[in-house]
Amino acid sequence: MIPAPFDYHRPGTLDEAIGLLSRHGGDARVLSGGMSLLPALKLRLGSCGHLVDIGRIPGLEYVKEDGGMLRIGAGTRQCVLAQSEVINSRYGVLADAVPLIADPLVRNRGTFGGNVANGDPANDGPAIVIALGAELVARGPQGERTIAANRFYKDLFVTALAPDEILTEIRIPQPPPRSGSAYRKLKRKTGDYAAAAAAVQLTLDARGAVQRACIALTNAGPTPVEAVQGSRFLEGKTPDEKSIAEAARLAAAAAAPSADRRGSVEYKREMARVLTARALKAALERAGRS
Amino acid sequence: MKHQISVTVNGTAHEAEVESRLLLVHFIREELRLTGTHIGCDTSHCGVCTVLLDGQPVKSCTVLAAQVDGCKVSTVEGLESGGKLHPIQEAFTEKHALQCGYCTPGMLMTCSALLEQNRNPSEQEIRQAISGNLCRCTGYLNIVKAVQHAAQKIGGAP
Amino acid sequence: MNAPRTDAKICGMGHSMKRKEDPRFIRGKGNYVDDIKLPGMLYMDIVRSPYAHARIKKIDTSKALKIPGVLAVIDGPTLEKYKLHWMPTISADTQMVLPTDEVMYQAQEVCAVIATERYIAADGADAVEVDYEPLPVMVDPLKSIAPGAPVLRKDKKDKKDNLAFHWEAGDRADTEKALQASEVVAEQYVYVPRIHVASMETCGCVADFNPAEGKLTVYMTTQAPHAVRTVFALVAGHVGLSEERIRIVSPDIGGGFGGKVPVYPGYVIAVAASVVIGKPVKWIEDRMENLQADSFARDYHMKVRLGAKKDGTLTALSIKTIADHGYTNASANPMKYPAGLFSICTGSYDLKHAFCEVDAVYTHKPPGGVAYRCSFRVTEAVHAIERVVDVLAQKLKMDPAELRMKNFIAPERFPYKSVLGWEYDSGNYPAALKKAMEIVGYESLRKEQQEKRKRGELMGIGICSFTEIVGAGPSKDFDILGIKMFDSAEIRVHPTGKALARFGTKSQGQGHETTYAQIVAEELGIPASDVQVEEGDTDTAPYGLGTYASRSTPTSGAAASLAARKIRNKAKAIAAHLLECSEADLDWVPGKFFIKGVPDKSKTIQECAFAAYTNMPQGMEPGLEATHYYDPPNLTFPFGSYICVVDLDRGTGEVKVRRFVAVDDCGNIINPMIVDGQIHGGLAQGVGPALYEEISYDEDGNISGGSFLDYYVPTALECPKWETDKTITPSPHHPFGAKGVGESATVGAPPAIANAVVDALSHLGVTHVDIPITPEKVWQLLKAKGVAE
Repeated sequence: MIPAPFDYHRPGTLDEAIGLLSRHGGDARVLSGGMSLLPALKLRLGSCGHLVDIGRIPGLEYVKEDGGMLRIGAGTRQCVLAQSEVINSRYGVLADAVPLIADPLVRNRGTFGGNVANGDPANDGPAIVIALGAELVARGPQGERTIAANRFYKDLFVTALAPDEILTEIRIPQPPPRSGSAYRKLKRKTGDYAAAAAAVQLTLDARGAVQRACIALTNAGPTPVEAVQGSRFLEGKTPDEKSIAEAARLAAAAAAPSADRRGSVEYKREMARVLTARALKAALERAGRS
Repeated sequence: MKHQISVTVNGTAHEAEVESRLLLVHFIREELRLTGTHIGCDTSHCGVCTVLLDGQPVKSCTVLAAQVDGCKVSTVEGLESGGKLHPIQEAFTEKHALQCGYCTPGMLMTCSALLEQNRNPSEQEIRQAISGNLCRCTGYLNIVKAVQHAAQKIGGAP
Repeated sequence: MNAPRTDAKICGMGHSMKRKEDPRFIRGKGNYVDDIKLPGMLYMDIVRSPYAHARIKKIDTSKALKIPGVLAVIDGPTLEKYKLHWMPTISADTQMVLPTDEVMYQAQEVCAVIATERYIAADGADAVEVDYEPLPVMVDPLKSIAPGAPVLRKDKKDKKDNLAFHWEAGDRADTEKALQASEVVAEQYVYVPRIHVASMETCGCVADFNPAEGKLTVYMTTQAPHAVRTVFALVAGHVGLSEERIRIVSPDIGGGFGGKVPVYPGYVIAVAASVVIGKPVKWIEDRMENLQADSFARDYHMKVRLGAKKDGTLTALSIKTIADHGYTNASANPMKYPAGLFSICTGSYDLKHAFCEVDAVYTHKPPGGVAYRCSFRVTEAVHAIERVVDVLAQKLKMDPAELRMKNFIAPERFPYKSVLGWEYDSGNYPAALKKAMEIVGYESLRKEQQEKRKRGELMGIGICSFTEIVGAGPSKDFDILGIKMFDSAEIRVHPTGKALARFGTKSQGQGHETTYAQIVAEELGIPASDVQVEEGDTDTAPYGLGTYASRSTPTSGAAASLAARKIRNKAKAIAAHLLECSEADLDWVPGKFFIKGVPDKSKTIQECAFAAYTNMPQGMEPGLEATHYYDPPNLTFPFGSYICVVDLDRGTGEVKVRRFVAVDDCGNIINPMIVDGQIHGGLAQGVGPALYEEISYDEDGNISGGSFLDYYVPTALECPKWETDKTITPSPHHPFGAKGVGESATVGAPPAIANAVVDALSHLGVTHVDIPITPEKVWQLLKAKGVAE
């Protein structure tokens, strides 16, 4: 319960923070909300000589629609997302998911950027940003670059971020008309990680056929799973009970969960299917209303 | 590494030198000797360490003391003012919302923050708000009733 | 007992008096063990084994000792010098304090670091390097008890197997014959898995040995301070600790539920450290240590057979249990009942033939077994009988409520001698079940279930009609390590008419500071607000066996009323003296003696108290106080009927508890508000084991459920809105007819929930599911029956 000794730094600007990360190499970690990092340090899982706290650097907390994008500052607390009118009215997958992340106390500190950049497929953020086709903005000593969400996750706890890069913004393309998104999550109890969860976004054309679909799964492998086959299957079709079931089946086939207390591999895969179907139905209903 | 921090706790300003890794809950309990805030787990699940940080209920076991430089912290000891109990404290006794008392300080802080934000929370909203605070004694029902009772009192009911 | 006999000012029995202990807790001014800071206090942190079974080859403390502030590392060989490396358990087995050779469970204590600061102690523990040689692990109790299994307890010289004990009750042959002759037999394997109390405060102590006075004070999270004091004196007498110079202080305790009854190695090491170093030593375990090494609960594998006639009349019950006890029997059971009160398994039913046996088995797991509000194994016994009654109902195609009603011990049969030897004091089972059925709307729920089944929707209604057995216990049968299980009250009335009352029990949230005051108020008419209640300090409290197994009201509560009556009798003599009449001329209303027929010729209890010090009758001993040690004549038998309604998600298997109705009968009630609070809490600690909580081990003895990450304690969102009601059937032998209630709900809730889930699937042919009923367990059943979404 007591972390091993480390040095804490509180830089005033992003550039200072990046400088600290460069100086200390792999021995430094970014401290954002701290809701994943501090618990790990308290259990002495993995050592870390330097914490670089970016939690008070101005300019990292915002939720705004701008230039065809929903732009979320990486330092935005989950509780702020939960209250956002923009998100609750137009980004169903986030509106569904945020109240199910951990518990309300954790959401008062945890940041969306931290949830996305942690590289933990058990976090909800990764599958969501993939489903929404987001771009992740990283800043490092060389300047700024954007990385597509579905190319961001490399391995368990390994992302495309270099050790001296910081995630600064999540850019989500504003969904066109006739779009809907949803998140369905199964967990053992409040505060637990997903036994299985599906993030889904659909856009329909004027005839009601699926123009674009993206299904991504949480906690279904070492990285978030983009269910490409399941997503592609729906494109061009007018979704009905049968096609949704098939898309869900294909999505589940892409899942590679591990067995643990939350369930066996078989169960988790089946739940990926059930939850994908439910999320698709919900997204479809929202798309019809939008 | 040591850090100088200035933090206002229950309205009183404190200057202290803290180790990088000192957890806020230990700073509160050991340095300031405010032992009302408790420790109940090591994985940030139980919520008995809940305090208000700039008005927001957070788990003080998952915040470093160094992180709260310049901030306002409120603990259970600061709920009463001028010798008068906060309505939520009175409501907890009125509705028997505590038994062993160990989760109570954290629960009170979460509930007091809820009532600041939401003057008339529904049962579901209350259960949602306290879902980060575990209790093994009460079965939660009386805590819900206490919050509803306090809301009524704050709203002017006799 | 209906309306209270006293007014709101006196606030005796039946009043929902607001709790006297609340003011400090709501202000954050409780005094828990970790709040205690003594001058010069040191901190202890324990190094634990990652292996379930291993030989310790080497403990390298050099890096740890180099850390500034680390003062010492205590290991098994150090304690062996003082013969403290092993200690007796409460069940007269033996347990390692620190190992000298092998560790026998994952998370076992290996050595302890003493340091000047908490953080430094943690660094020290992290820096100790232990070289282990992993050894074969035995985690399956069925394999452990099989012939030819390797002997785990090599420390026991002539031990040739892994049987900790065998215990049985009833007539085996007669019951077998009755089962064979039964027209129908329902047979079911029921596994009630290992769980953990996980009280919000973990265990710990501050051991403070004062070398100048040769006195040891231990501030300790203990539910039984006197028993601990005596045990310390017996175990450590040879190192100079003497019982009159040992003081155990149990301050505010953040939940006990049985988990704070055993004497854990950590306490003993802290005491040894303090004695050797001569400074106070604080040891507070963290949550993972608590879940992984402390006394667990349950872990009973039961084969249950229930015989009946075709018309549903029960004939015979047989239960064979394998009990997984971990590597030693450290369960806190009365000596004569190593399987606790398991023989209550005939439950609320009039069974004429019954037999039960328990084989306790050693495995490479932490020791324990009797914790988590189980009333000494009553949770296991009731789960068995209530589950198998439903299995039988299903087999007979009979409504489970009807089957129960048919077989309840009829109200006029009490006191009822069960075939397994218990004399149930009083009960009215049909009334409780009937009330529960009315409140829940049983008939319309059954109709709703029929409608829903046509649409493929799954809802279930589960009943549990339990009989509890509490208040241990009569001296002829009940002792712990030889100490009889009486309890005590010492009441002293001051000249100004206020009172101080001390007890041998120890509240961990049950509200004794209020309820005991109410008992004294009831008997003496002194306002409960004028009665100061104290418990937990062995220097001042009268000897008692502590609080667990719902025993406080039946034992110390009884002692309180009898001590108060002694005081009232003396006060009567004083009143007669003051009123210049004979005692026979006096009548009593709460708080006042008056001359019969002349109500204004009266003396209040306060006036009598003052006179006890200032104007006592000639020849009377001054003062106004009394002590009573109560040896209960029998146990008490609270009971109830619970009905649970569940809805199952056909896609995920999730169980949603839609409603939970609990009708309890604990006899006469001291404080209805507190009783309801106990029931609510017990229900939440029933939902937990039913749907969420479990500790399990893989074949290498690695734990699952060893932190709150995967030991699922229900939050407010997992708990439904409890609906509670009462019937009142007083205990005929208790001084004020009360029975105790603390554990009824943990006993009654899990079977009600399990029965509801099975009921939801019974039309598909499902007959049983073991708790915890995880979504996957339900889903596997749905899949097998072809109805998963």
